This record gives sequence, structure tokens and C-alpha cells, in this order.
Amino acid sequence: MTRYSVFAVAREALRWHSGWERAWKSPAPKKKYDVVIVGAGGHGLATAYYLGKNHGIRNVAVIEKGWLGGGNTGRNTTIIRSNYLQDPSAAIYEKARSLYENLSQDLNYNVMFSPRGLLMLAQTHHEVRGYRRTVYANNLQGVTTEWIEPAKVKELVPIMNIEGPRYPVLGALYQARGGTARHDAVAWGYARACSAMGMDIIQQCEVTGVRTLNGQVQGIDTTRGAIDCAKLAIVVAGHSSVLAEMSGFRLPIESMALQALVSEPIKPCMDVVVMANTVHGYMSQSDKGEMVIGGGTDGFNNYTQRGSWQHVEETTRALIETFPMLSRLKMLRQWGGIVDMTGDRSPILSKTSVGGIFVNCGWGTGGFKAIPGSGWAMAELVAKGEPGPLAAEFGLDRFKEGRFIDESVAAGVAH
Amino acid sequence: MLTLTCPHCGIRAEETELSPGGEAHLKRYGPGDSDEQFEAYMFARKNPKGVHFERWRHAYGCGKWFLAARCTATLEVFGTYPAQVSAPPEPIIEAIRARRPGWEAGQ
Amino acid sequence: MSARLSRGGRLIDRRAPVTFRFDGKPMTGFAGDTLAASLLANDQMLVGRSFKYHRPRGIVASGAEEPNALVGLGQGPRFEPNQRVTTTETFEGLTAISQNHWPSLDYDIGAVNGYLSRFLPAGFYYKMFLWPRPFWKHVYEPFIRQSAGLGKVPQEADADRYEQAYAFADLVVAGGGIAGLTAALTAARAGKRVILLEQTAHWGGRAPVDGDEIDGMAADLWVKNAVQALEGMANVTMRLRTMVSGLYDHGYALAYERVADHTPGDGRPRHRLWRIRAGKVIAATGAIERPLSFAGNDIPGVMLAAAVRDFVVNWAVSPGDRSVVVTNNDDAYRTALALADAGLVVAAVIDARPSVTGDLPAQVRARGIRVLEGRGIAKVKGAKRVTGVAICAQQGEGAVLEEIACDVVAMSGGWSPVVHLWSHCGGKLIWDADASMFRPDAARPPTGDAGQPMAATAGAASGALQTAAVLADAHAAAGGEGLAPQATGPAEAPMLPVWIMPQGAGIALKSKMWLDYQNDVKVSDVQLAAREGYESVEHTKRYTTLGMATDQGKLSNINGLAVLSHALHQEIPATGTTTFRPPYTPISLGSIGGEARGEIFQPLRQTPMHDWHSAQGAYWEPVGQWRRPYCYKRSGETAHEAVNREVINTRSNIGLLDASTLGKILVKGADAGRFLDMLYTGVMSTLPVGKCRYGLMCNDNGFLIDDGVVVRMSEDSWLCHTTTGGADRIHAHMEDWLQCEWWDWKVHTANLTEQYAQVAIVGPKARMLLEKLGGMDVSREALPFMTYAEGTLGGFRARVFRISFSGELSYEVAVPASEGLAFWEACVAAGAEFGAMPYGTEALHVLRAEKGFIMIGDETDGTVIPQDLGLGWAISKKKADYLGKRAQERSHMADPNRWKLVGLETLDGSVLPDGALAVAEGVNANGQQRTQGRVTSTYHSPVLKKGIAMGLVLNGPGRMGEVLDFPVDDGKVVQARIVDQVFYDKDGEKQNV
Repeated sequence: MTRYSVFAVAREALRWHSGWERAWKSPAPKKKYDVVIVGAGGHGLATAYYLGKNHGIRNVAVIEKGWLGGGNTGRNTTIIRSNYLQDPSAAIYEKARSLYENLSQDLNYNVMFSPRGLLMLAQTHHEVRGYRRTVYANNLQGVTTEWIEPAKVKELVPIMNIEGPRYPVLGALYQARGGTARHDAVAWGYARACSAMGMDIIQQCEVTGVRTLNGQVQGIDTTRGAIDCAKLAIVVAGHSSVLAEMSGFRLPIESMALQALVSEPIKPCMDVVVMANTVHGYMSQSDKGEMVIGGGTDGFNNYTQRGSWQHVEETTRALIETFPMLSRLKMLRQWGGIVDMTGDRSPILSKTSVGGIFVNCGWGTGGFKAIPGSGWAMAELVAKGEPGPLAAEFGLDRFKEGRFIDESVAAGVAH
Repeated sequence: MLTLTCPHCGIRAEETELSPGGEAHLKRYGPGDSDEQFEAYMFARKNPKGVHFERWRHAYGCGKWFLAARCTATLEVFGTYPAQVSAPPEPIIEAIRARRPGWEAGQ
Repeated sequence: MSARLSRGGRLIDRRAPVTFRFDGKPMTGFAGDTLAASLLANDQMLVGRSFKYHRPRGIVASGAEEPNALVGLGQGPRFEPNQRVTTTETFEGLTAISQNHWPSLDYDIGAVNGYLSRFLPAGFYYKMFLWPRPFWKHVYEPFIRQSAGLGKVPQEADADRYEQAYAFADLVVAGGGIAGLTAALTAARAGKRVILLEQTAHWGGRAPVDGDEIDGMAADLWVKNAVQALEGMANVTMRLRTMVSGLYDHGYALAYERVADHTPGDGRPRHRLWRIRAGKVIAATGAIERPLSFAGNDIPGVMLAAAVRDFVVNWAVSPGDRSVVVTNNDDAYRTALALADAGLVVAAVIDARPSVTGDLPAQVRARGIRVLEGRGIAKVKGAKRVTGVAICAQQGEGAVLEEIACDVVAMSGGWSPVVHLWSHCGGKLIWDADASMFRPDAARPPTGDAGQPMAATAGAASGALQTAAVLADAHAAAGGEGLAPQATGPAEAPMLPVWIMPQGAGIALKSKMWLDYQNDVKVSDVQLAAREGYESVEHTKRYTTLGMATDQGKLSNINGLAVLSHALHQEIPATGTTTFRPPYTPISLGSIGGEARGEIFQPLRQTPMHDWHSAQGAYWEPVGQWRRPYCYKRSGETAHEAVNREVINTRSNIGLLDASTLGKILVKGADAGRFLDMLYTGVMSTLPVGKCRYGLMCNDNGFLIDDGVVVRMSEDSWLCHTTTGGADRIHAHMEDWLQCEWWDWKVHTANLTEQYAQVAIVGPKARMLLEKLGGMDVSREALPFMTYAEGTLGGFRARVFRISFSGELSYEVAVPASEGLAFWEACVAAGAEFGAMPYGTEALHVLRAEKGFIMIGDETDGTVIPQDLGLGWAISKKKADYLGKRAQERSHMADPNRWKLVGLETLDGSVLPDGALAVAEGVNANGQQRTQGRVTSTYHSPVLKKGIAMGLVLNGPGRMGEVLDFPVDDGKVVQARIVDQVFYDKDGEKQNV
């Protein structure tokens, strides 16, 4: 693999960039792999990457129905944060966030992690209490966050109206090392690194069946033929239930559409990420200058990745209240992504009732920020057959035991 | 932006009038039932990509709950019916089969 | 130079000149102009700079597809960035500024990026800026962000207003060209309710410019007649300046009406967003001409051929004095004819096709215009303005055969149907190899709620490019009743797909062939993406940013797809298209917000006593959509002082609380008792008539969701009080179980929350106040604690509940909402001699915390079960079932080692910070500090004169007297002792007097 650098770009420029290699190979599937990962989104590719890097398992295929990174990895609003309330959540999201810090260098691919700071606005007394509680929790969890007063909020985000008539800003939960990254680049960077380790990334290959024998996985059938495997990792946000059905079990998951939109690009005007949960909206400004806006989830089961309207409207209204200048910008594009909503709105990294099959799903609306940590923990689970500490609390057994990980309690929605 | 016809008041209701309520025809398990049964009742969901039986409330209309058979891949609605049944009525099943030949109840 | 012609211009009114400013320079146009036409009339060809290389850019198109000519429009509170000059009407006093340059449009430092372009190919940033690590955030990224970004940021609050409107129709026709008019006429004559919408300010679309005849008359006249006919039909609604921006599920169409963009400040809403339910939508949205990819195709003066024609015919503007037309099809010859008709010089028509026959070329040749066959443009000469073109063989590698001086290049690479609305909701496309276009596949339309086709296309949007075919297609799309209009026009010879000009161009030329003008994506970039394995069309789009600019690839998508397909050695249909997302062109966020701004951003719920509170200095707290007084500040008081006063007064005299927001749900029927026994953890069926009982409600997952006092009103009716936030939620919860699970039980529920105003009269002198009001026996004997009576108090019909959330002698009195204010004022008057004062929600909290009463949302957070709160007495052990019972038997919930409710008392008397956690020894497997409890409620008690708190602590009730460490801010640790949570009047004597 040719290393990327400014020198490599300069060298290639002199020959009109004719010498660049493929970022990842496009092999035909082999008959058998040690591990098959279904889903070449960020989580699936990161799982493969850390299987190779941390556990030396490289006879790995990542199977993708469409194009890699084409699911929620390429549809989210790119927010990265780890200011979660519950210990297991804070642990895995902070692991992810800390891996993001060095991911560009680790992958030799600029994923543009930008720790520009993230604010969660408190606009009711209830939220003030919830976020203060979160700050105390974070400080004990090793997650650096602070409570900031309205004046500091205004200083960080001058375009914000902190004295709205209905929901004035009472302060904010601030994570200075939260931020954003370039979502496609995360998938592409992992794919390139996996390919360089000799793993096969097989796109345009749909799984049509899962073969098991005596409660143990044997392999999968695909539109490009049968593939045997010793272990199978299902990492297909949005389609988890479909793959589970093929494998013979059900998951505590419903698939729903999450709505997002971007404005036309304008010059830089907001350097931090702002989340306003009382009024249901969050926003950041991309490097291209677009205001990237996320909204709510339609409450019904849905597998179409289409934009709907009512959440776009609600979110836009809310954000105009907080950022009055927005009303003179224009919506450029809106879309939907299909998210897995679990029974407690927290993810699942788990063994299943079928030997050798592992699931990584249920990230709901917050999966992008978790990608490196999720891949790290999933790789450990797949390699060892048992969860490590990061994944331990996220098993399916919690739904039977009544041991939930509920993040909505601090008014912190899981975006 | 869906429209669903409320079987109680007959209104072709806008999505904004409706509150979704998840999978329909779940059998409630309670005291005396096993952990597995209770877990399945509370959490295990069919979540099919295709025909889905689901609960809706005409929340900003007549206030009644009703059930719908709807395709989650195309959003086509096969029919709506009152919530006071434990399984989809035959006309609904027929409507589904007419448009999804080969579909089997229980899928 | 570009200039206004002395005659012609079918859309302008020469008697109505308008003055405007561009970059501060005064200019003149005519009413009817677009800003693009006005700028060209003033020889302003250079209008902006591109996104990445800051290349000088001019107007390319004449409509919504324009990628370059975006300006900042208006000033101050009416400034708007990124406005297309081709869709902006010129009006008196308009001001526009060009974008994305520094220091000026003519001399832009950023243009240095252009010289470095070889070092900045597609995706260069993924390969660079890796070291040193902090530089990305602090150096590289700010630079990239500043140089990107296009328009300036609006600085002031918006002076305009916006509105939304609703409409319903059998048929919505998007587009008012001849296809749309034909479709609307056909459907309207068949009796359909039709809404016809056109995005520009004029009916007729392109046909009047192209000059064909319809039904034996000039297209202009036919259009006029058709509009007249439609205007006379009661079942037709027509709107100009209204774009159908998106088609959503089940026939939901959004249309964006630019009501007052051209008349700012006239008092009308600026934009109106139409939300339309349509039986069917016909997209008569036309087609967009494609550019050709030759070197230098982005230099100002290179324009779409049809746009050149539009400017000449519609606005009498000549984009230049000497034009060259370059094409692969016959249609562009119409431009040569239009230019010649206007008396302008057409230096040559350069046609990539090896041999050119056909009617239109014949007419052009007859005018004496050179037609070069099998030729292409090797290179456009010029920098900020075209000065000439170098001609080459299309089949060659770009060797220059001759040079032709010109200041306009009118290009046409064929046409692409506008399929956005068709595609938004899942309509599929097929590749039409003859016309080299993706067009709607009529066999796979988007489907509606019953699986029926919910959209169709008409005319050019279907791929029908000849006028006769357009009319026939539109007539058929609208049902085909009656006769279709007929048209005559010249026969056109087939076009030749030309994706790169010349075909064998080398890398140096391909690095100057722009595909996406705004985002600076070139042929070489797409080829690089393909070479590097970004083979999916979505990968290429995202890697190169092709089609991601504010024009969303209207000009670039198909050309880019073709280049990608060629690079991958596959057919174009195998590559496929990217997804079309709404809106068709950008719509203002203001219109999406509509009227819901400021005070009416969300509904505001007010109790009958709201104005009284307001007049008494209430400091408001939002509770859901309600506003409740947090406290009543007297002059000179802080909120904290006011709360202390209210607490002390309530404990010593009388406090009055507006409790109207509390939920009041009537549950009535033969099975009501049985139903409530399922709903509450305790037993409600055995409650005697006239008695009150505190109840807890769980969901079936076991968690505590609400609490409140239940009152047995009569043999078959119970009144359930809920929390303020819970009223609607709990009523819905009840109905859910009644309708969907126990539907054969005979129970009715009614949410009476807003029917009654409720006043809590609290304190040792409360009875005196009621006795002064008079009318009911409220003595201890007649109305003991936890009982209820109905009667009149001071002449008001009243329901009196002897319940207490403060530990004091307390009556809650409900009166009809319409009498709420009068009753409240009567209480205030009657209480004056006893020292009665109103108190707010914060005093309410302190009073209940002093008594150790839980508050839903404080002690509970969705993870707490009643067993955690020491409320076992309110959970029936005898009942076989209640909602939550089975859930609470699960291993984790039945675990004896849970965090449970206790009181917490700081050793130094200070107030524990809210939400603080008590630490335990060591760290967990993830290296996190272990914890063993947290603060759930914490206040200063003005009565006890110290901090009091409640919290959930691991095995707390068994650890009375232990001291816990709570690390708080700035590295400090507060120590608190585990105590009983009832801090005041432990035996409950005060409430029971």
C-alpha cells in the first residue's frame, strides 16, 4: 500500500496522478474464511480492522449488499461525543472518541476528526439537572466534560439566541474534545487498511441465507455463491432483524427512519456542534460550509431510506428559534437513514443463540460516533468468543434480566 | 408522510394526526410465565422488511387505537382494522395475498 | 460584450426600467428581467468564483440549473446568500453582491488554488494534512473552511415572515410549460380538481422560445389561450412562482411559493409553503440541457445553447457579439437561428457528428453560417471572458485545426429529463440509448398508499423532446380524454453521445474539462476516483463531490456518470444514478418553519389563573407546554429568597398553590375498579367511596412512570390524579390498555385536566380560610385526612380533597375551570387576614422534600422501580397481576443489591449539588471510578436551616448513619450521612389535624 502524504501527492501531481493504486481491492469471494463479517459499514469494517490489528485474525471477508459505507455511515450527521451518563455507554463511546483522535494517523487516511467542541443545551430546569448529573458522572468515568453558563454558550456560539421567548438557554453540557469527522472517510480509511492487511471486501454481494448445523454456524449463502466460515459477525444496522431472521432468532429491534438535512454552504459561522434536545434538533457546520442538521426518528417501522417531512419541520422550527439567522438560509437536501432502535435504546454487542454468530447492532441514532470503539469491542468478542469489558454490559441477556442501559434518563437523547 | 384510514371514524388520517404504537397482536405474558416468554413479549420483534402488522392511535382525531397491515419496504397499506382482535381478519389477509402473492401469515 | 438588444424580448417591459446594484455598481434593467438577464444586459459576464479553485465564473444557464451565478441578495435583515441570478426577478432597488472571493470579484487571491490545481485533485485532503496531528483542527481545517463555504452569513434576525397553507387535489401538475398546460387542461376537462404550479413568473416554458406551432398557431398564442381556458375553470387552481419541491410518501407534495421575493417589504409573507395531498402528481418539469466536456468549458461566456436562445428571445439580451455554437444534436441549431434572427454574428456551428443533415442545420446553412462536421472544441481561449475557440477533430486527440475568435460559446450535449419528482419517492429510471438519457420507466412508478402509481411525467420530463411528442405524452399522462393538441415542427436527426471532446483528449485537456462547475469537479477527477476504486457512483460522487453543490448536479450528473462508466469499461445503466433527494431546488428554512416562531413557536398552555400569576411577578418555569410559577418574586427579592419566604409562610400560615395543571382523569364503569387494580401497584377497587389513596403506576417493563392520589367518587367512578407532565401520557396509557388488551372490560376514561381549576390551600391556618369562605363542613371530623367531599365554598361549586403533598394541613379544591380565577381571588381575599400567600413550584419541591415525598422525574428517571423507593407499602402483595409485576420479578430487578432511596445530610450543613455521585472503592473493568449512589433531590430547607437531600444509595436503607463521599466541582469532596428521608414532622402529625 502506497502511503499517503503530502509528498506522495506532490509526486503524483507531476505525473497527473496516474500512479495511485486502488484504495481497496475488489476480490471474488473465497470458499471459506475464519471470520465473515456481514456489513461493510463503519462498524463492520472497524471490526475487521481490529480483528487483524489486535487479534492477528486476517482471513476475514467483509460482505456488503451495496457499496461500502453506503448505509448509516454515509447518512449520519457525523457527530462524535462521549458525554454519556451510564458507565457502560461512557466507556465504549469514550474509547471510540479517543481512537478517533489518532485515527487519521493510524489508518494513514485523513478522516478529518475535528474536536471542535460539542454543546448540549439545557433549556429546561429538568435538563439543567440532568446535564449537571452527567458532568459528575463523566468526571468519574474519565470523560472530560463541564457545565457552562449561558454567557459562555453565547461566547462559543455567537449566532445563537440564548434568550428565546419559549426556551431560553440555561446553560450547557460542554465536551471540548467532542466534534465531527468526515463520515465517508472513516469507512474508506478502514476499508483501505483492511484491504492492505489482505482481507477481502466484497461489495454488491447480498446474503440470502445463513447456514447452521446443530446450533452452530456453518456459513452463508450469497448472491455471489456460498461462503463457509467458522464465525459470523452480523453488523448491518437497519437490517439487523432481517439477518437475525435468516439465522433463526429475533432481536429486540425495530427499524425506523431518522431524518436529516443540510443547508446550502455559507462561510464559517459556527465552530462547535450544538445539540438542543428539548426542542429536538442538532446542528454543526461542515467543512464545506453546509449547516448539517439532524432531527427526529419517525416512530413507525420503515425500511425506506427516504426523507419524510414532519420531523424536518419540527427540527427546523426549533433551530430557527435558537439560531434566528437560519431562516434566511435554504435547505439543500434532506434524507433518511434506517436505524435500529432497541428496547432500551442502547446498542447490542453480543453472542447469540447460534454458536459462532455474533451481533453488533442497535446503535439507534448514535452509531457513527461509536465506530472505532464498537469495532474494537466487537473484534474482541468475535476473536475470543466472549465479550471483553467494553462489550460486557451490552449483551442480549440484559433484556431477559431487566438490566437495561437507559440513556434517555438525563434528557440526553442518543444522537 | 403516511395516510391511514381510521376504521373507527372513517377519516383518512394524516401521519401528523396519528401516533404509532409498534407491532400488533402481541400476546401479553405476566406473572407465572417464564423469563423467556416475558422477554419475547416485551422485546423480541418481527420487524420484517415487508408486511407488518402494527398499532396506531388516531391520537389527534377520535382517540381510538387501530391496527394496520403495511409494507415497511414500500409503505403500501393493505388495510386497517379495529384493535379488538387477536389476529388479522381474513379480508386483510386476502388483501395482502392479492398484492403480495406467496406471502404467508407468520412470516 | 453582452448587451441589451434594441428590439424584441417577449418577457420584458421596456416602459418599466428598474435600477439595481451589483457589487455596489448601479445598473439598469427592465421589469420582467431575471437578474441574470439584467446583469448580461449590463455586460456583467463575470458573476462569481468557484468553490475550490476560485475560478472566474459567468452565467451558464437561464433557469434553476444554474451552477455558477449565485449572489448574496438584499441587505441587513433581508440578506440572503447563494441566490441564483437566473431565478431571481429584477426589481427596483435590488442589491446583489458576488460571492466567494477576496478581496474582490476581479482580483481574487483564492485563485492561486487554480494554479495549484494539479496538486489538489479529487480527494486530496484524504491523503494529506495527516501530520502534525493537531494541525488538522487548528491550521488546515480552518483554512479549508474559510476558502470553501460560498455565501456570507446573514447577520441580523429575519425581517420577513413566512406562512404555510394546505391544499388537496385529484391532480397536481408541476410545471406550466406546454406539457403541464396540456395535462392540466386534459384532466380539468375530465372533471378533476387540478392544481397547476409553475416555478417561474411565466406560463409556457420553453416552447414559445423554440418557435414551434401548436394547433396551427404560434406557441405563445396557444399558451395564452390555454391559460385563459384554465383560468375559467372552477376546478383548476393555478400558481406562478411556485415550485413543487418534493414528492413524499402517499401523495404528499410540497410546493414552495415565492410570494414576495420580488417585492420585498410589501407586507406579504416572503414565502408560502404549500402542503398538498394529491391523488396524483404529474411532473411536467421539462428537461435540462447538458454541457459538453471540453477544455475551458467553464470560462465566462461558455453557456448552454438553449440559455443563449432564452436570453435573446425572452429578454432581448445578447450574451456576446460573436458566437460559436458547439453541439452533438439538432436542437442547438435553433440557437444559431435565434442569434441570426436577432442580427448577431454566428461564427460557426461546430457539430461533433460526422455528417449533419436535417431541417434545422439546413436552415442554418441557408443563412450562410458555417457548419463544421465531425469537429469539436480542443480548447476555449480566454480567462475572465471567452476570446475564441480552438477547433479539432472530435475523433482525434485535440490537434488544433483552426482557431475562431468569439466571445460566446453556446454548447449543447443533449437533454436530460427532470426526473426528480418521479424519483423522490422511488420511481425508477431506464436508460434511453437513442437519446442518451435516463428517463422515467413508466412500468415502475412511485407507488401510493394502496400500491397505485402516484406520479407520472409529461412531456420532456418523460423524455419526449419534440413538441408533437410532448403534447401527445402530456395528454396521455393526464388520462387521454378528448383530443390532444397537435404540433408541427422540423424533424430532428439523431444526436450523437459525446461525453468528452475531443474523444481522445489527453490528461492535460481532461484536467480542464469541468463536469461540476460549482464544486470544481473535472473529468480527470472522476477518472481518478474510478482508478482508485471508488467505483460505485455514490463513492465517486462523495470522493469527488460531483453533484453535491447547491445545484445538486443538475448539469453534471449524467456527464459524470458517463465519464465514470467509460472509466470502468461498463455501460451507463450498469453504473446507475445517485439518489434524487428533495428539494428540487433549495427552499428557505424560514418557509419550513412557517408561522411557528417566537411566542407561538409551540403551543403554550395556561391555567385560568395565569394572568393573576403574571401580575404578581411570577417567575415562570416551563413544565411541558405549561408555564407554572416557579416563585413569586417581590421587589428586592432574589428567587431564592422568595422561595424561602413561600416555604416558611406555608409552614406557619397558609400557602396557595395553583395545582390546575395536575392531571385529572375520571375512570368510570362496572370494571373500573378491576382496571385500576391492574394499572396501579396498589389496590384501588377496595377504596371506600369518599376516600383518597396514593397510587403508583408502572409500565409493563416494571418502571415507575407516574404517581398521584386516587379518589373514589362514587360506586363506579374513580378520579385519578397524575403529575402535570403525565396527564396526557397517562390518559393515553390507560386507553392503550383498555382498547388493545382488555377491550371487553366496561370502563370509560375522560381526561378532565383542563375542565377543572385546582387550588391547594396549605398550612396550619388552611381550615380557617375555608371556614371563612363558608358553605361546607371542613372540620377534622367531617372531612378527615385522605377523604373527599363535594359542596359549595364561598358560593363556588367545589370538590374538596383533603390531601397533602407538603405534610401540612391541606385541602385541594377543584372548581370548574371557568370559575378558577374567581375562586383563586376569593381564596386570596379570604386568606389575607391569615397571612395567605401564593407559592410556586420550587417551594412545592422544598416542602415535599422536607417530608421525603418522591417526585416523578426527580427520584425516578425511567430506570427506577417502586421497590427502590421504599414504597413497598403501596405495592400489593396479594394481587395476582398488575402492570409491571412480572417485570419486577426479573433477576436484576429482584436483586436485593440495588440503589435505594434514603435521606442524605451533609456533615457541614451545606446543600449537596444536584446529581452528585457517591464514590466507592476502586475502578471497574473499564477503568471508571466505581460509584455507590447519587443525589436525586437536594434543597436548602429554610425551616430546618440546612441542606437536605434524597438520593439512591446501594443498599441505602440498611446503611443508616454511614458517611459517603461526593466529589463535586473543583476537586472538592462533600461528605454526607445516610439518614431517614423524612426530615420534617416524622410522625405526620401536622397533616392530620
